[in-house]
Amino acid sequence: MTNREKYVQAFVEGLEINADQTEGLAYEAIPEWDSVGHMNLIGCLEEAFDIMMETDDIIELNSFEKGIEILKKYGITIA
Amino acid sequence: MEMDLDTLLEMDPYALKKEEKERALSETLKSLTIYHRKHCEYYDNLLSALDVRDGGSYYDLPMLPVRLFKKYELFSVPREEIKKVMTSSGTSGQQVSKVFLDTRNIRSQSRVLTHLISSFIGRERLPMIVLDTKLVKKDRKMYSARGAGITGFSMYGRNIFYALDENMELDEGGLREYLAEHGNGRILLFGYTYMIWQYVIREMEKRGIAMDIRDGALFHVGGWKKLKDQSVDSETYNRRVRQRLGNLAIHNYYGMAEQLGSIYIECEYGHMHCSNYSDVVIRNPKDFSVCRTREKGLMEVVSILPTSYPGHILLTEDEGEILGEDDCPCGRCGKYFKIYGRIKNAEVRGCSDTYERP
Repeated sequence: MTNREKYVQAFVEGLEINADQTEGLAYEAIPEWDSVGHMNLIGCLEEAFDIMMETDDIIELNSFEKGIEILKKYGITIA
Repeated sequence: MEMDLDTLLEMDPYALKKEEKERALSETLKSLTIYHRKHCEYYDNLLSALDVRDGGSYYDLPMLPVRLFKKYELFSVPREEIKKVMTSSGTSGQQVSKVFLDTRNIRSQSRVLTHLISSFIGRERLPMIVLDTKLVKKDRKMYSARGAGITGFSMYGRNIFYALDENMELDEGGLREYLAEHGNGRILLFGYTYMIWQYVIREMEKRGIAMDIRDGALFHVGGWKKLKDQSVDSETYNRRVRQRLGNLAIHNYYGMAEQLGSIYIECEYGHMHCSNYSDVVIRNPKDFSVCRTREKGLMEVVSILPTSYPGHILLTEDEGEILGEDDCPCGRCGKYFKIYGRIKNAEVRGCSDTYERP
């Protein structure tokens, strides 16, 4: 799996949504991505990329695109 | 000078001393009052009906009784910008409060909560034990303060373990396993004051078991009423929690659904602390004049965080007293205080529209 596939998969699993819903998605834009969904998503991302995110980054990760930017800090490039 | 959130987030959250804080807080709360009057019609009507003085200090600004949030839907942003409606847990038979949050307000709450918590435990996310059950996601749009508290706190932990199963039974085996794996380093624990007592500590006492956490930080929140009924004070509570769980720094905290984020955390000397973001004023329940230090009265709580609803200056139904200011032996600046819990017959005072027979 490419990093992008892993990234999308984390959203699919963490938020229990379809892959075609992920792009452009923002926090609180759909009922699934609420604070409960958010923590599931973080768990999935951490597992998929074997990282531990800082609390500030967990708060700042408020969209699909923002997440890609944040993961760069952890040395993960998503093309 | 008004307070700027980004600047405050760079500072120690307990750095501001009396004079500087009072000046900055006054400016900030004054502009918030003007802002909310402009954007929340009901709030403006209410304040117009009162004789609002424009004094120099936030002590003179109008307070809203918290119970207004149970009666009215108060918000200061366009309806479509509201992303979350927080409800208070409220005891059965009572109406719940509704707090309307937009993206900006949700974010500032999280950032400030993080700032406060991390000043106690550091920025690293610790292995975390929730002394509660994993709540099922029901109606997610209207989620309860209890669920929100657990989810919100989960951000400070990792590898989260829920110590109670869905029947509220203590998972002793699971807990031992978790501690075997993570017990060598520091551990974060979170739960609700009474739930911890009833379902964890009392249960462990009944079973005659104990855990040996070497280095833990327990944060707990919630009412003391049921504990008081059992004559359990905070010293007893802390002693028996440590007897059963091990070496814990115990931080009770006080906060309300109407002012999430700017919570009041108990320090190692057992004092609740106001931070740069908040303050407590004790009021005489008869005439609402300001009480002296060490004088019991009604608690007014102020916070610079509420921007999407007019909840920045609230009169609670809790009784407390200020113990001191800027001189707690723990070194934190700001006021520190003690809470006695809900006043009796809270419904007879407060706003005139809430008259109820006892």
